Amino acid sequence: MSDLFNVSAAPHKRSPITTKTIMQDVIIALIPASLFAIFNFGLRALLVILATVLASCITEYLYCRLMKKPVNPWDYSDVLTGLLLALNLPVSIPIWMAVLGGVFAILIVKMLYGGIGQNFMNPALAARVFLLISFPSRMSTFVLNQVSSPGIKDYLRDGVLVLDGVSGATPLGQLKSGETVDLLKMFVGHIGGTIGETSALALIIGAAYLVYRKVISLRIPLTYIVSFAVFALIFGGHGFDMNFLLGQVLGGGLILGAFFMATDYVTSPTTEKGQILFGVFLGVLTGLFRFVGSGVEGVSYAIIIGNLIVPLIDKVTRPRAFGKERVKDGK
Amino acid sequence: MARLTFMGGIHTYDGKELSMDKPTTVLLPKGDMVFPLTQHFGAAAKPLVSKGDEVLVGQKIGEADGLISSNIISSVSGTVKSIEKRLTTAGKMIDSIIITNDNEYKKIDGFGQDRDYTKMSEADIRKAVKEAGIVGLGGAGFPTHVKLTPKDSTKIDYVIVNGAECEPYLTSDYRLMLEEADKIVEGLKIVLRLFPNAKGIIAIEDNKPEAIKKIKELAANESNVEVVSVKTKYPQGGERQLVYATTGRKLNSRKLPSDVGCVVNNVGTVAAIYMAVAKNTPLTHRIITISGDAISEAQNFYAPIGMNYSEIIEAAGGFKSNPKKIVFGGPMMGLAMYTYDLPVTKTTSALLGFIEDEAAVEETPCIKCGKCYEHCPLNLMPNMLEMAGRFNEDDKFLKLDGMECCGCGCCSYVCPANRSLTQTIVQTKQTIQTKMKR
Repeated sequence: MSDLFNVSAAPHKRSPITTKTIMQDVIIALIPASLFAIFNFGLRALLVILATVLASCITEYLYCRLMKKPVNPWDYSDVLTGLLLALNLPVSIPIWMAVLGGVFAILIVKMLYGGIGQNFMNPALAARVFLLISFPSRMSTFVLNQVSSPGIKDYLRDGVLVLDGVSGATPLGQLKSGETVDLLKMFVGHIGGTIGETSALALIIGAAYLVYRKVISLRIPLTYIVSFAVFALIFGGHGFDMNFLLGQVLGGGLILGAFFMATDYVTSPTTEKGQILFGVFLGVLTGLFRFVGSGVEGVSYAIIIGNLIVPLIDKVTRPRAFGKERVKDGK
Repeated sequence: MARLTFMGGIHTYDGKELSMDKPTTVLLPKGDMVFPLTQHFGAAAKPLVSKGDEVLVGQKIGEADGLISSNIISSVSGTVKSIEKRLTTAGKMIDSIIITNDNEYKKIDGFGQDRDYTKMSEADIRKAVKEAGIVGLGGAGFPTHVKLTPKDSTKIDYVIVNGAECEPYLTSDYRLMLEEADKIVEGLKIVLRLFPNAKGIIAIEDNKPEAIKKIKELAANESNVEVVSVKTKYPQGGERQLVYATTGRKLNSRKLPSDVGCVVNNVGTVAAIYMAVAKNTPLTHRIITISGDAISEAQNFYAPIGMNYSEIIEAAGGFKSNPKKIVFGGPMMGLAMYTYDLPVTKTTSALLGFIEDEAAVEETPCIKCGKCYEHCPLNLMPNMLEMAGRFNEDDKFLKLDGMECCGCGCCSYVCPANRSLTQTIVQTKQTIQTKMKR
């Protein structure tokens, strides 16, 4: 019956944007930050990235094969999860830990809840928090300088031992103990921190690409950062100290979290109102963790806790249909 | 207050350049003519002729059955061959009158005679529109005489003429606006006679500057007519979107435009009203766009209703490569059919032939990106409606205002996971409507 034409319900045209192109765009947007990380931390950063990406992809593939599920057309979402996880890890993390994180992100957080679109937490961040809780000291040891010439064995087995860099305080740690920080260095990213969070500049270049491609809107990132800054201003204890305020905004995972993690479609609200609420919630939560809590960081915890209230936000911000009158009935 | 646009909607490749500069050519049919008795919204017309009867051009061969129905007019002279079920572009088998064309085009008495509509009563104008078998030519096919008879004519503030033509590829309204602008302006003046307090608005998307210029020139001396250039965005020509863009008034699915003091008619309908009232010419022809990448020479035809589409494709030089999909109407809301051996009806504005079927793509899971919501002109959440629909959760569907969906197709178009959102939502809506009727 090849002389019959295709039939299907309207519309008969589709936009060229697919899940795959969106994931590709986010990966492209993370390239500046990744490249800077390799420049900043050395090739070991690349090794961590490769480890988490491969762990994520292989986990997803094996899960589908072993559970006898159809392997979805490859949409790069597993690559993205792995990449985001790597950017949230310290460069000195042992490779097996990074791999464990990748497996946890995909297997526990994503696939066991039903795969793409069904996870209720950002897989990369959930994995980071899992590692933070499991290996607190390894996850919060940050180094800056590269190793001159480590042996390959040392490289794979245990990063931190061979890294002779300045391990110790990140700018946020310095701020917490009352010191001032070099804002220009922080903006460019030549500071300690996780692999991908240090360079605000590289992250903002990537974020600008995502906004240009209309992959993300600025609603969540901006409300997040602004409400956090306002919280820092009021409760940070430093008043209008610009060094402190900007240091807080540029330091830690705020820029990476606000533009790349909090905007994750699956785990953020859909409506404009909901996104603004979500941003404010994250800002306040991050502020609480940083200024009231004992830790120096708080972005990861803020976002995954924020993820948990997304269904609630979606429910209370459900939009009213065009032209629909408010029903005032006493039922 | 005019906003000239609406929330949501999409910008897409419009394909209009394929046929927009091709003047309309008149077609003469060769084979048998098929007149389905349902070419409109409402009850099927009752046949007035039987096998063997002689009919003339302009003769009423089917009569409106009930209030919401429409007359069917013959576009040729000849002999009634049979009355039988035939497949139509709506995808249904419909009782149709088949007429063998004698190619003489003998007309009924008075066909084409000038009438001075300024001397006609309101009732006479409405009757002329009804007799001429005019229905909404934009696609919905709602009988026009019903639209022109709201509960209270004095409460109509705006008569809006829809020249948006927002569906991609379609250029039939555009050609009409360029070639027969006078009929549109005169037709609007006729409609305005029925509504003493109304102002006329002709709304055209701003991607048609030539049409806007032409109509503005003609309407320059009409103090009661305004030509409005609205933003180019699909579905600007949707009734609710257009009413909002031109007047700022909001309609929901349960309201008619007349509830907010508006009457909306397509440009083609208004021109048909002019022909019926001032020229005593019933609706026997319409302009059809033949386009798409599979068509040799995309163009516009002035085709008699009842003519077979295969003759029209032949007139357009046939297919330059084998089409995979044939769509009747626009690509966003039109109907795909497995054949084009179908008659021209009042409501179908185009035949599009596509080499590739863009809709034949695999569905992937929803990633909650919210694009469907962002682009929904009715501010709905299509992804959640789709889920409610799939799991037959009628209560949830109703709570999410699923019944407000107009089926414009924006959500399916933008969905990066290629989900059939529009299809599921429209189906669920119809299922619930059927259940409610019980």
